[in-house]
Amino acid sequence: MKLPTLRGVANEAKLLLIGIPVLLWTLLPIYHMVLFAISPKEGALSGRLWPREPTLHNFEVVFRQQHYYLAHFWRQLWNSFFISAMTGILTLVVATLAAFSISRLRVRGGRLVMNFALLTYFIPAAFLAVPMYRTMSIYGLLNSQWSLIFAMLTLAAPYAIWVLKQASDKLPYELDEAAVIDGASTLQVLWFVYLPLMGPSLVAIGTYAVILAWNEYLYAFLLLSADTTIPLSVALGNFLAADDSPWELLMTTGLIYALPPAAIYYVFRRYMVAGLTAGAVKA
Amino acid sequence: MAVQAEIARAFAPATAESHRRLSPAEMWGLAMLVPYVVLFLAFVVYPIGYGLWLARHPQTYVELVHDPIFLRTVINTIVFLVVAINLKMIVALLLSGFFLQQRWWIRILSLVFILPWALPSIPTILSIRFMLNPEWGIINTTIFRLTFEDGPNWLNDPRLALSLAMATHIWKALPFWTLILLAGRLAIPHDLYEAASIDGASSAQRFRYVTWPSMSTLYLTCTVLSTIWTLGDFNSVYLLTGGGPADLTHVLATLGIRYLRLDQIDLYMAAVVCALPVMIPLVYFMMKRLSK
Repeated sequence: MKLPTLRGVANEAKLLLIGIPVLLWTLLPIYHMVLFAISPKEGALSGRLWPREPTLHNFEVVFRQQHYYLAHFWRQLWNSFFISAMTGILTLVVATLAAFSISRLRVRGGRLVMNFALLTYFIPAAFLAVPMYRTMSIYGLLNSQWSLIFAMLTLAAPYAIWVLKQASDKLPYELDEAAVIDGASTLQVLWFVYLPLMGPSLVAIGTYAVILAWNEYLYAFLLLSADTTIPLSVALGNFLAADDSPWELLMTTGLIYALPPAAIYYVFRRYMVAGLTAGAVKA
Repeated sequence: MAVQAEIARAFAPATAESHRRLSPAEMWGLAMLVPYVVLFLAFVVYPIGYGLWLARHPQTYVELVHDPIFLRTVINTIVFLVVAINLKMIVALLLSGFFLQQRWWIRILSLVFILPWALPSIPTILSIRFMLNPEWGIINTTIFRLTFEDGPNWLNDPRLALSLAMATHIWKALPFWTLILLAGRLAIPHDLYEAASIDGASSAQRFRYVTWPSMSTLYLTCTVLSTIWTLGDFNSVYLLTGGGPADLTHVLATLGIRYLRLDQIDLYMAAVVCALPVMIPLVYFMMKRLSK
């Protein structure tokens, strides 16, 4: 074993000097949330770094819906699942069809559609929220979960089409050619040649759309208002309506709400990073 | 090219013929675009057209300029964009160099570091909001225990509140940009650094002459994209301050909620129209970059 040199030690110390503040900065709000979730009602405010009596009581209250703010917890959790799953599925269908048509069939006008989609991607979502709210009310969709699903689909599809088109363009055209010579119809090319090769990109896009919809707050709280239709994100925001909100329950519910996207992120990290970096780095 | 031409022929035989009749592949191609086009017309074109139609009266802009909250919002938005984006991107650039280091603990740290980006905004930003509560928030109780003096009323001072909203934005978005810039650094050929080392370049010189020239385009693209996204960052401000105190911390993204509550949507649409001169060059830049 080699003895560390003075220079090496200084270098490690320098790295630690960056690493430790980064760790604290990153974890502080998250740890604060966890601390509240495992503290008894009064204990959370004691300012201790670890509660004297850590408890899972808050989770029990949430799961049994034993508080006014949590009366529809399971329903709202299901709403979040339903809305994000639908957004994911519809985004995959719409974007795959469009990307296949633009990139593989090279349909006339495809480029134009692609450019319009990209333009939509660069409209800040918050700017579109208010006119979208009015539009949904004109369509009579307000308070229906489909309004949120369509809104999320509208926001997710442009990036999805772009990523899928980029990935499609890289596939060799000889594959389609060979299939066509063998007598495959357009749909058969799509199903048997195209989709199997697009697997990783489809996973990335599906994950992207699901997380986008699960995390959405602004559109959800504009478009939905009934306690039984809102997703969990809006329910969390509603805790702020009163000054005497039960913080420990809010943080517990928030922690439960935050777990699925975090889990999805870490499971599909490889795909996500590839998709996202392809999206932003391409320069 | 030859192959593509052949394929084009295989899918769409004889141009002259296709003037009269579309080939099955073309028919399918158009049919497959229909879902997105319908979506686009119904939920992008219509709302935008409706919004612009609401903002058509010159009188609306006069009213808008006479609303002191609007002027405050414009200043807040500019400050937010200039300070938060530059700070975030510079720190991300530096941290991407840190995460380049091969250490087992840095690899673990990078997994933790991504959490603010991977977790949804609402619970984490509300957690920050609670930390800042003047009476029982963990920050002020700690200040009180250490100094026996009351800490500041963080979110009640508009300047402090806006700064904290910027900090929240940076907390949330920093991991993503660090990751992107890290990918950019990893793409730099290693022999460039070796050559620089042989020439005896210091680490500052290596950054100046190797890293930065390879990264500057990416850095610019990221800054522009981040500007567009930050303009639309509703959560960092709204969930932390709610636009308060006294509507003094609104940015353009949250102003819509205020005018919606006041039932003055036309004013908000006019405000968005006012932002277009800033938006259009940025969007044009990104479109040029990405549509190839």
